[in-house]
Order: sequence, then C-alpha cells, then structure tokens
Amino acid sequence: MKNKLSALFNSETFIGYCFILPNFIGFLLFISLPVLASFVLSFVSWDIFNPPQFVGLKNFLDLFGFHMRPGAAFGSIFDYILVWRYIVPNDFEFWYYLYNTTFFMLGIPLGMIGSLLMAIIMNRPLRGITFFRTIYFLPSISSIVAIALLWRWIYNPDYGLLNTLLAYMGIQGPAWLNHPVWARISLIIMGLWSGIGGYNMLLYLAALQGIPQHLYEASEIDGANAWQKFIHITVPMLSPTTFFIFVMSVIGGFQGGFQSAYLMTRGGPGGATTTIEYYIYNNAFVWFYMGKASALAWFLFVIIFAVTLFNWKFGGKKVQYQYM
Amino acid sequence: MTLHQMKIISDIINKTLIYLILSLFGLSMIFPFLWMLSTSLKDPTLIFTSSINLWPSPIIWRNYLEAWNAIPFGRFYVNSTIVAIAVTAGQVVTSSMAAYAFSRLRFPGRDKIFFAYLATMMIPGMVTLIPVFILLKTLNWLDTYKALILPGIFSAYGTFMLRQFFMTLPADLEDAAKIDGCSLWRIYWQIILPLSKPALATLGTFTFLGNWQSFFWPLIVTSSEKMKTLPIGLSYFQDIYTTNWTLLMAASVIVLAPALLIFILNQRFITQGIALTGLKG
Repeated sequence: MKNKLSALFNSETFIGYCFILPNFIGFLLFISLPVLASFVLSFVSWDIFNPPQFVGLKNFLDLFGFHMRPGAAFGSIFDYILVWRYIVPNDFEFWYYLYNTTFFMLGIPLGMIGSLLMAIIMNRPLRGITFFRTIYFLPSISSIVAIALLWRWIYNPDYGLLNTLLAYMGIQGPAWLNHPVWARISLIIMGLWSGIGGYNMLLYLAALQGIPQHLYEASEIDGANAWQKFIHITVPMLSPTTFFIFVMSVIGGFQGGFQSAYLMTRGGPGGATTTIEYYIYNNAFVWFYMGKASALAWFLFVIIFAVTLFNWKFGGKKVQYQYM
Repeated sequence: MTLHQMKIISDIINKTLIYLILSLFGLSMIFPFLWMLSTSLKDPTLIFTSSINLWPSPIIWRNYLEAWNAIPFGRFYVNSTIVAIAVTAGQVVTSSMAAYAFSRLRFPGRDKIFFAYLATMMIPGMVTLIPVFILLKTLNWLDTYKALILPGIFSAYGTFMLRQFFMTLPADLEDAAKIDGCSLWRIYWQIILPLSKPALATLGTFTFLGNWQSFFWPLIVTSSEKMKTLPIGLSYFQDIYTTNWTLLMAASVIVLAPALLIFILNQRFITQGIALTGLKG
C-alpha cells in the first residue's frame, strides 16, 4: 500500500497535475468560467442589486438592431427603394462610439510610419544611441494618468504649451479638448507622442537588425540607390513585423481608448471621445447594465476574432518574403 | 579634392543630419516632461502667462510639500508596490510551474488543457472583466488587496510565453539529471528555472511595470482611499485640484519620478527584453 502511494506521488501524471494546479485554479476562476458566465450574462438583464432576468436576445437587439422610424409613410415606389432613410439604429450611441473607436485608429498607420522612420534612423552604430533610445521610451513606461495630466495642461487653450507655441507663430490654436473633432485629434496626437518611440520602434529596430547584410551589398553591386534599397529590400523584409504590429494595434484599438478619454475628456465633449471600451465601462460600472455590457464585450470578441482569422489567413503567406 | 575626402565630408554631413533628427525628436519627447517639472516649481500665480519660461523664479518647493500632504501618496506608493510585487511573484511562479508541466511532462489531458489556455488568449479582457468583478463582489473581496492582486496573477499569455521558451531548452541536461535520479521538482527548480532567467526576467519586468501603472482594474475594484494605488490616487488628486496646475504637475512628478529613475537605470535590460520576445507591457 505504502509503495503504491509513493509510486502515485512520484508518477509523472501526479506531478504534472501538481505543477499545473495553482495556475489552473486561477485560470478556472478568473478566465475560463468568467468567459462562460459572460456569455450567459449577455442574455440577461441585471443591475447586480436585484435578481437577474432572462431577456433572450434583447441586449443584442437593443445595441445592434434597427427599427423603422415611427411615422414612416410608404406612399410611392421611391419610399420602398429609399427605404434605408426610414431605418434608424436602436442604439444610436453605440454606432457613434464605434465610429469614434475607428476614428482613433487613424493614428495606427501614422504611428507605424513614425516608428519605422525612427528605427531606420537609429539602426546604425552611433555614439549615444542608448541615450536617445532611453528618452524615446520614457512615455511608454510613464503612468498614463501622469501623461494625461501633463497633456491636459499642454492642451490648455489659454496658457498651455501648444497654444503658446502656436501663438508665437501667429496662429490662434483651438480649444483642443473642448471641441468634438479637435478632442479626438488631441487624443491621437498624445497617443502618437507616447507611442512612436516605444514598443513598435523597438520591434522594428530588432527586425531591421535581422535583415541579412548581403542583400544590401548585392543590391549595391547592382547599383541600387538608398531609396531603391529601402523599397525593394527593407520594406519587404520588414513586412512580417509590419503585419504583426498592424494586427496587434487594430486588435488593441478596438478594445481600447478608455484610459486616455476618461482622464482627458471624460469621454466628451458630447461623447465625441467615447469608445466601445468606454461604453462598456459606463454600462457596467456607472449604469450597472451588466447584461448589456456583456453583450458589448462579445461584440468586441467577434471583431477581434475576425481580425485574428484574417491574420491566420493572410499573415502566414502573403507577407513572407522569400529571398535567396 | 580626392574621392576619399569627399566621402569623409559626406559622412560628416550625414552624421550631423542624423544627430539633428534624433535630437529634434528627443527634444519633443523631453520638453513636455521639462515643462511638467518647471510648472511644478512655479508660483501658482505666475503660470498664467503667454510666454514659455522654463526656468521658474522664484522656485517654489512648497508645491511638492503641499501636493504630498494633500492626499496620502505614501500609502498609494506602498499599495502600488505591494500589488505589483505580489502579482509579479505570483505570475512568475504559477506560470513557470504550469509552463514546465505543459512543455516537459507527459500526463493525460495535457494538450486539451493547453488548448483551452490558447483558446482564451483570443478573448478580450472586457469579456471576463464583468464576471470577475461580480465574483469578487459576491466574495466581498472588492476594495481589498485580494481583488487587486489575485485576478492579475493568472494570465494565459505568461504561461504560453514561458512554455514556448521552455520548449527551446535542450533535453540533454534533463536526461542526465533523470539518470542520476533527480526528481522532477528538482529538475524544475535547478535546471529549467536557472536556464530560463532571461524569459523569466522579461515576463517579470513587464508584469511589474504593467501592474505598477495599471489604471482600469484598480479604478473598478477600489473605492476607499486607503486601498488606492498610485495611478488611481493621482486621478483622484486631479478630481480635487482640477485646475491647480502647479500642484497637479508636482503630484505627477511625485508619481513619475521613481518609475522613470528605475527605468533609466535598467533601460538596456528592458528594451532588449522587448526585442527578444516581442512582448508588450
């Protein structure tokens, strides 16, 4: 009996389970079971204080559905052809916030180009390059709260750094954070400032250092100039990295935007900087619509799943560059 | 002029141009920080001018004292440190144990469990956020260290990354140790972990930094002043002193300075870790 027990305790199976157990308990409690719970929650109406009620697809319809505008008259054939004029979304805010979320993603290509250019400039043996790299990386390790506070001061319409600089050039700067469109642009600028010298630049730098030198040497023998080398060697050789950064940024973009908007504008003015993530926060933790918030979270899942599928389908083959 | 001389001159021009670009970009990064520092030391009545004056005169050190005493920043420091260290330690220990089992041991159901881990990596954090919040509320753990620490420890990503790293380790050492009668626990502790220092350090650094700066989760699960972490504390400070810019900037410096200092001292290690793993904080 004793031998059997000791054999059990020393078996690879038992030890394997022991090693997994601490992580697996956490995985069950905080990841996998919550995923199932969230799925169930998206079909109920619940404010956490009163008992939840099963409402079927209501949360999804309320968010993503459409209805016919009341009073829509179908007098002529044109009313049937132009029927979309009478169709209005059930939740106008959701579509507005989705629009905001995609608007913020305009910063992605800009940031990627900036990171790539800085990486190319830095990809050579230069004295003091570590110093520059450290400075460029400072915003990435700074607390977003402090960065947001600093930029609120920079964007101050009367005494902020930005409008003072613009005034030197004879330009009357806008009231950055108080104007719907400028507020969005302000957040994008802040994101670019903190992001260009950050992680993506380091990834590009590592990828640049991985390009075999003989490709450049061969092209020089063929008489290629710097621009041709960039277009025909650097860009294609970096395409896996570019694709990776782009996909990760899009995935991040769809589920982001809360922190900077919460700290800079509280989602305003008039909801102009509210993203889907912010809308989930409001639904769940301000208005306590747990079911609706869960349905929104699953909407994000569907989008991210689609982006990931796209990545699997095209990420593997289209951008791999064969060189001999 | 010889060809050689021309080459030297063009090299100098090239280098100057590159340093110019690097410095301009560097200036645009550092200038806002300097402005933050400068504002934090100014007389509150003197910041409302239409000119840029970086050098504060007179220098008002009192701003820092006032900001520090306005809310319990010391407490927030302690909270942030406790949370970041506990999550990091917990994550490195549990993830490396699970990763060892997933990569080196054979037992029934191993691949199925690992597949479950992989599958959840695609699910956005927003999906689990609400049920975890409800779970913590039900357990009465909201506004405690448990709520701040426990959910952060378990990440499928950490386990996945370490497993991938462990897979690359050669099996020879392990086989030799097994022949010598070394137990699996000792192999994990004395062979796998020491060989994986770079991966563990990278995971640890990013977990620490991520949790030190974390805003969203502490915002949701803390309510009392004594449980706030540093970022939440600063945001709370902002709510009180809405436009008192000298104090706001002083508080920001208080929050930023230690993290920036630690980063500058360890930057080589941190930036190389990113290049090594492609991991984002």
